[in-house]
Amino acid sequence: MATLIRFTGGDWDLAEECAQEAFAQALRKWPSTGVPDQPLAWLTTAARNRAVDVIRRSATEARKLREVAAMEPGPVPARDSEIPDDRLELMFTCCHPSLKVEAQVALTLRSLTGISTAEIARAFLIPERIMAQRLFRAKQKIKHAAIPFRVPPAHLLPERVPAVLHVLYLLFNVEYSELSQSRVSDDAIRLTQVLAALMPDEPEAQGLLALMLLHGARRAARTSPDGDLIPLEEQDRGLWDQQRIAEGEQLLERALRRGRPGPYQIQAAIAACHATTPVAAQTDWPQIAALYTQLLRLVPTPVVALNRVVAIGMAEGPEVALPLLDGLSEDDALDAYYLLPATRADLLRRAGRLEEARASYATALSLAPSEAERRYLMRRLAEP
Amino acid sequence: MKYLMLVCTDPDYKPSPEDLENAPDVEAWVEEMDGRGVRLMGNRTRPATDATTVRVRNGEVLLTDGPFAETKEQMAGFDIIDCADLDEAIEVSSKHPMAWGGMIELRPFWDDDAD
Repeated sequence: MATLIRFTGGDWDLAEECAQEAFAQALRKWPSTGVPDQPLAWLTTAARNRAVDVIRRSATEARKLREVAAMEPGPVPARDSEIPDDRLELMFTCCHPSLKVEAQVALTLRSLTGISTAEIARAFLIPERIMAQRLFRAKQKIKHAAIPFRVPPAHLLPERVPAVLHVLYLLFNVEYSELSQSRVSDDAIRLTQVLAALMPDEPEAQGLLALMLLHGARRAARTSPDGDLIPLEEQDRGLWDQQRIAEGEQLLERALRRGRPGPYQIQAAIAACHATTPVAAQTDWPQIAALYTQLLRLVPTPVVALNRVVAIGMAEGPEVALPLLDGLSEDDALDAYYLLPATRADLLRRAGRLEEARASYATALSLAPSEAERRYLMRRLAEP
Repeated sequence: MKYLMLVCTDPDYKPSPEDLENAPDVEAWVEEMDGRGVRLMGNRTRPATDATTVRVRNGEVLLTDGPFAETKEQMAGFDIIDCADLDEAIEVSSKHPMAWGGMIELRPFWDDDAD
């Protein structure tokens, strides 16, 4: 798709149509002729031929034909390895800050992975019609407002890279919670791998990839067979993917050596602390609390502040953490967030203040977003 | 690609002393953008109190004193710029002094050349 969009001079609809046509052609021909040696090159050639046909037939688009002719410097690729990698350009186009973040996320998924509009709609819990409209509007804006199809020049990267990282991070998290078994999660990792490989000087890109690998490594241990969430300290650490953990750690180390820490590198460092601890009781909570303090300086959000209090509670005890929680409750953003009363309940229980703990568990239960979280809280409530 | 730059005030925003100090000069902006061949034309516009809104209804010309939409934000001027793409239009707009204290809306032309 990325190559085709470049070839058609930024006409997304035409590129999409031609890609579909090429796949249809392949389905018709390949069963009798066999799969060609260079399937990607075959598909690209078929799609490009189709694009030239369509544009030639449309006389009113004379200008576009001139553009296509001008863009046709060499022969169509004969080998898969000759196809230029345009995915980075496409990522920056999809994540242009003049598009709404929801549109950025949806467009990145639709254009850079094989996921259908219907599947994206399901992942974001909206009707397919609305998602199709959202994608259509975003593509129209790219065309009409002339959002460029390119990697921004170096001086723009500091303001543009975070948008791409943010979209990939959202992608990873959405699937992580909604469709944990689906291939979407791996797609988010794959796209970040492309970004990290193509931008080796961006430590935050490496940091985000490390974070995804370290979180992804715990996937198999995260839910019980009946779908219940298993908290970190109760997970069977034997189920963690050691290869991914090693890969994530290595990436993180290389990124940190550049001496430009950022939110993703710090979050990856926190994930690495957990991932490399063989028994929950040995967790280095003082180190994790220090990392959260550093993260809070860069990302001063109530959720980060809450996580920092949890870590301090583990490092220094519930009596130290409880007063810090009181400061947080005044933040409106956390008002309906079930983890605030759940954290308070947990700290109170560990401090031996069971009556108050029970009341906080009840509040958390009333705010919990899903059945799995409610079941988890019920178990905690039943503990002595 | 041609864009209309709607140059507007933002009454709710008070720029910081540093921004006031560092904001570019409009004369220098016009000179740079004219020199680059980016700015095709532009001007300041008189405030909303001097505006007249014209409607034709059932063949009859109806006039209203003032702008068609009463908003706190006021259009203070406009420029028409010709840029390679949206990124260049954003760069041009962000160098305009009104982007520092007010705001600029970028509208691509509906019909750019032979499209």
